[in-house]
Amino acid sequence: MTSPEGAGPAVPPGPDGTARAAAPEPEGAAPGMPPRPADATRTVDAKPEETARAGTARPGDATRAETPKPQETAGAGPPLLDVTDLAVRFGPVRAVDGVSLRLAAGPFGLGLVGESGSGKSTIGRAVVRLVAMAGGQIRFEGKDVAALRGSALKRYRRAAQIVFQDPDNSLDPRMRIGASVTEPLIAHRIVTRRLAAGRARELLAEVGLDPELVSRYPHQLSGGQRQRIAIARALSVQPRLLVLDEPTSAIDVKAQARILRLIADLRAGRNLAYLLITHNLGIVSELCEQTAVLYLGRVVESGPTTELLSVPAHPYTQALRSAVPEVDMAARRSRLILPGEPPDAARPPPGCVFHPRCPLAIGRCATEVPALREVRPGRQVACHRAEEVLAGVKTGARTSSG
Amino acid sequence: MRLSITNLQVSFGERRVVDLAELAVGEAEIVGLAGDSGSGKSVTTLAVLGLAHTVGATVSGSIRLDGAELTGLSHREMREVRGRRIAAIFQSPALAFSPVYRVGSIVHRALRLHGMTRAEAAEAAERAMRQVLLPPGLLDRYPSQLSGGQLQRVAIALALALHAEVLLADEPTSALDVTVQAEVLELLRELRDRERMSVLFISHDLAVVAELCDRVAIMQHGSIVEQGPTSQVITAPASPYTAELLASVPRLAAGAGQ
Repeated sequence: MTSPEGAGPAVPPGPDGTARAAAPEPEGAAPGMPPRPADATRTVDAKPEETARAGTARPGDATRAETPKPQETAGAGPPLLDVTDLAVRFGPVRAVDGVSLRLAAGPFGLGLVGESGSGKSTIGRAVVRLVAMAGGQIRFEGKDVAALRGSALKRYRRAAQIVFQDPDNSLDPRMRIGASVTEPLIAHRIVTRRLAAGRARELLAEVGLDPELVSRYPHQLSGGQRQRIAIARALSVQPRLLVLDEPTSAIDVKAQARILRLIADLRAGRNLAYLLITHNLGIVSELCEQTAVLYLGRVVESGPTTELLSVPAHPYTQALRSAVPEVDMAARRSRLILPGEPPDAARPPPGCVFHPRCPLAIGRCATEVPALREVRPGRQVACHRAEEVLAGVKTGARTSSG
Repeated sequence: MRLSITNLQVSFGERRVVDLAELAVGEAEIVGLAGDSGSGKSVTTLAVLGLAHTVGATVSGSIRLDGAELTGLSHREMREVRGRRIAAIFQSPALAFSPVYRVGSIVHRALRLHGMTRAEAAEAAERAMRQVLLPPGLLDRYPSQLSGGQLQRVAIALALALHAEVLLADEPTSALDVTVQAEVLELLRELRDRERMSVLFISHDLAVVAELCDRVAIMQHGSIVEQGPTSQVITAPASPYTAELLASVPRLAAGAGQ
């Protein structure tokens, strides 16, 4: 339990070993994305279908990809990523249990927040096909990700990249930085080995590092620098979607601030869309338009980040929000202390999974699973008493005044 | 002062990594020691525990516990102090508990090592568990059956059972979920007020320090660049380094209040 949070799902790998097989060999194994039109000249395998996204959609794509959905709040176009009713199981554990998410084309940030065992990292891994789905559908630019095979899958692996919490586990200690950064480029035959060295220097410069670091080894760099390298490598293949799994949890606070600035810059400069997985509400507040709050593998609330954080509609969001330590004295509030521990995902409680700890639970909550429903435009909540929470009902929970 | 450190210097060979002029923790006081990675916070913890030699460091200066000097003590004498009079909790509670023994047997053994009889140990352990708001029944479980927050509270319970004069807490909530962190911080506050516990709280997280600590010392490159009452240091930092650390903390959206 060296880093319970970052290790993602607090569930053991299933008997089939899927999680374990996926985890140790992260980035090098899953590089890939088709080039953006501007980069086509530099690449050797620009595929015709990539132009679909540029607006000249093929007939087959148009119907399913552009079906408008009600609460599209950012980006009028079709979603880049559309996750419907996703389920992931590790043996008896329902790590992800019916999650739906939509991510607009970049620049756009969707935050996934929740605590250990909430399933947030598993969702990120399922999106880049590092863990197998037990149900539901993931569509990327209208295409069913689970059905991709062969070269289509390879193209998807370029289009959707993941950056992990701990760069030490995603960089080979025996490879020089330059080789690590360009490994995906060579694997995908985007540039030749001869040109790769120059490209590595450009990528390092883009993430704010001295290009001379290409000849160093990972141990000669600080944690923050290594995380930049991991980001540079993910960016090397020009992804359109980045899954950032707790990208700053393993590094210190000043380096964290610099990485967050880097993400903000890249988002603008590269038109990036990202799924930002974190337990830190301050980070989603700075970088994500939309946020989904997860509890025990389910979305309990989602909506525009600022609104969701300022007026939570779910008691769990409220508790999570109030638990965040604040530097500014003025911003502090009395604290809701949740009783007990999150339940075991292998034996979730009946009714609302949050009810055993919920300060507002009533009889109905123990028997009836609350559906995710729209309580305000663009805001979805799974709580029988969401209207009362929004209206500011007193919870009667144990509080402390910090 | 319960714990008072003056002119503490810790070196690895020629390289001095800590040069700390003064730091003190009074009775019923929580003092924060904050800084970036590599600022010397954790080496300072090791020096106070008399364990700096285990990582090859040499220590000079003065560390006093209730007025009595600790730095000249033999390893054997220091063993009487460490764990009993100065208790410590660390970032990963799971690493502090052997996975093959029940939690209760680990706690009992520690209490008996420090001179309690079997019966005294059992009673002290149960009482301390209740003080940290855990059901004593958890003592019968294995560490893997407890959550990180529960284990951290057991570690704090051990300090209580031994009536430790000072608790050194080195990033004790950094690996915990935010709602669990809130509980542990609340517990430390309660213990300060109810049991008059003294805590040296080491953290890189200024937001946590700002909420918890009565006073705070900011450490950079092994030295304290600023210290004072927490509200003063946070609202009007005198050192540019403190200001930089403060600026690095991600904030929730402006106006995100209820």
